Amino acid sequence: MARSSFLATMLRPRRARFLSRYNNFWGWLFLTPVVLGLSLWVAFPLGLSLFTSFAKWDLITAPVFVGFKNYIDMFTSDPLFWQAVVVTLYYTVAGVSLQVILAFLAALLLNARVRGVKAFRTMFYLPSLVPVIVSSALWMWLYNPQFGLFNVLLISLGLPPQKWVFGIQTVIPSLILMSVWGIGNIIIVFLAGLQDIPKELMEAAAIDGGSAFHRFRHIILPFMTPTILYNVVIGIIGGFQTFTQPYIMTNGGPANASLFYVLHLYRQAFLFAKMGYASAMAWFVFIATGVVSIIIFRTSTWWVFYQGDTRK
Amino acid sequence: MRRWKTGPDFRLLAYVLLIGFSLFCVFPLIWLIRSSLMTSREMFTLPPRLLPAALQWNNYLDLFHVVPFGRYFLNTLVIVILNVVGAVMSNSLIGYAFARIRFRGRTIMYGICMATIMLPQTVTMIPLFIEWKLFHGINTYAPLTVLAFFGNGFYIFMLHQFFKTIPIEYDEAAFVDGVNHFQIVIRIIAPMSKPALAVVAIFSFLTSWNDFFGPFLYLNDQRKYTLSLGLKYLISGYSVMGQWQFLMAASVLIVLPVALLFFITQRYFIQGLTMGGLKG
Repeated sequence: MARSSFLATMLRPRRARFLSRYNNFWGWLFLTPVVLGLSLWVAFPLGLSLFTSFAKWDLITAPVFVGFKNYIDMFTSDPLFWQAVVVTLYYTVAGVSLQVILAFLAALLLNARVRGVKAFRTMFYLPSLVPVIVSSALWMWLYNPQFGLFNVLLISLGLPPQKWVFGIQTVIPSLILMSVWGIGNIIIVFLAGLQDIPKELMEAAAIDGGSAFHRFRHIILPFMTPTILYNVVIGIIGGFQTFTQPYIMTNGGPANASLFYVLHLYRQAFLFAKMGYASAMAWFVFIATGVVSIIIFRTSTWWVFYQGDTRK
Repeated sequence: MRRWKTGPDFRLLAYVLLIGFSLFCVFPLIWLIRSSLMTSREMFTLPPRLLPAALQWNNYLDLFHVVPFGRYFLNTLVIVILNVVGAVMSNSLIGYAFARIRFRGRTIMYGICMATIMLPQTVTMIPLFIEWKLFHGINTYAPLTVLAFFGNGFYIFMLHQFFKTIPIEYDEAAFVDGVNHFQIVIRIIAPMSKPALAVVAIFSFLTSWNDFFGPFLYLNDQRKYTLSLGLKYLISGYSVMGQWQFLMAASVLIVLPVALLFFITQRYFIQGLTMGGLKG
């Protein structure tokens, strides 16, 4: 921006017109990959997926248009669909709440005057580096009913061993516990947010005799709301797409207690070759994610505080 | 950096909680390494042993006979390098255009790029698979590498934010000298943006190194497997046979390069994480 205005005043109008044409040329030249990429890998797939969702297609024979049948079947004649919705919602709602609350607490503790912040931060972050396939293998082993670390610990403490991912009641809580293991990146984001709070505000509050709780409630929490909002939205989008952990660790079991939405979708598409039905499922979760995000963003004006915003 | 006072009463509690959570984070990793150095019989004894009687380093060597692990490593490396090169090249040009060239349609294109960050993978999974089938790309590395060259909303955002902080006078001076935009990126902007480009390189390394779902969906020839697919193969084959030590050794080998990269480039890591998190 500054460049064109600077040069525009330096140069005569004809040159300025040349400059805008020149910039349009270079701008769009650099954007060629974006334009191609958006059409090849976003627009076309979205269109194809929408089309497929109204068809019966096994990728071998030609697709047959079936109207809304896939969508109607989804809601009326596939009990596993609702099972998958419930499982995914349970995991996402409970998991994201727990992750965000614990990460926020950990960041607060790190931000209190403690020694060794860097060492703690590194240790908290390490699990986030572990690829999901490795953490699935590792946690399967940790959850081994006989020889796994957790039951060994429980037994040595005199507590009853658990079934972990092999129990209908315990499988989702176990997967949530595993997800809490990987909250290091949320902690780091929160910690950076905490360090961005103006020091003068905290000092002023301390001088005015505000209690720790007061400072938390009226300064820290309002300042952190945008970061909380961001992590909640990202967490929900990620939770809805959980696949690898249940696929590797439980394959949806026991008794479909960990049949996640994307696992069910994957099976419909690549095990039963029901591309149309699976695409309808994909569109449903896409729209659901969009609606949830919009609701969160809309209601966020009530509780999210932006710096420089005078409304609150 | 000054931190705020919490009461002295809280200090002890804070340490207890921090150390407790650290143990929770680190102990599974220690358990992983410990298990990778045991014989399978040692892993399955009751009461369980805390440490192996003798360190079974040959688990790591035997692993290479059990599965073609070296081959998987090279395959993964090829994919990762292509992804890193593609991401750095495409996103620096795109980020530059958005940050420093004033052209018609810039705002709307930037908005669309940002919207793609929120696009769930689930919805494009099936059509992309069909598309690659049409392009005869199934069982090749094309679906796992080509997309990196077309830009990524998140990296575009990060580089855009960084490029905006470089004073525009640099471009103006070069511009008056008759240098075009492409040369400005190569000669001026890129050398000044090494930290931001490093963040993009590190993150695309990490994403493609750790990717399981992509290779899982597109590769079916075992000779083309990546490390994560190789591990999946080990899980389905060897956990049944109780050969968990190979699984654990393979896991350690997969995590090791990532951990090394993290320790070497920790500063950029933290930078990248917070950049994405705070302004997103």
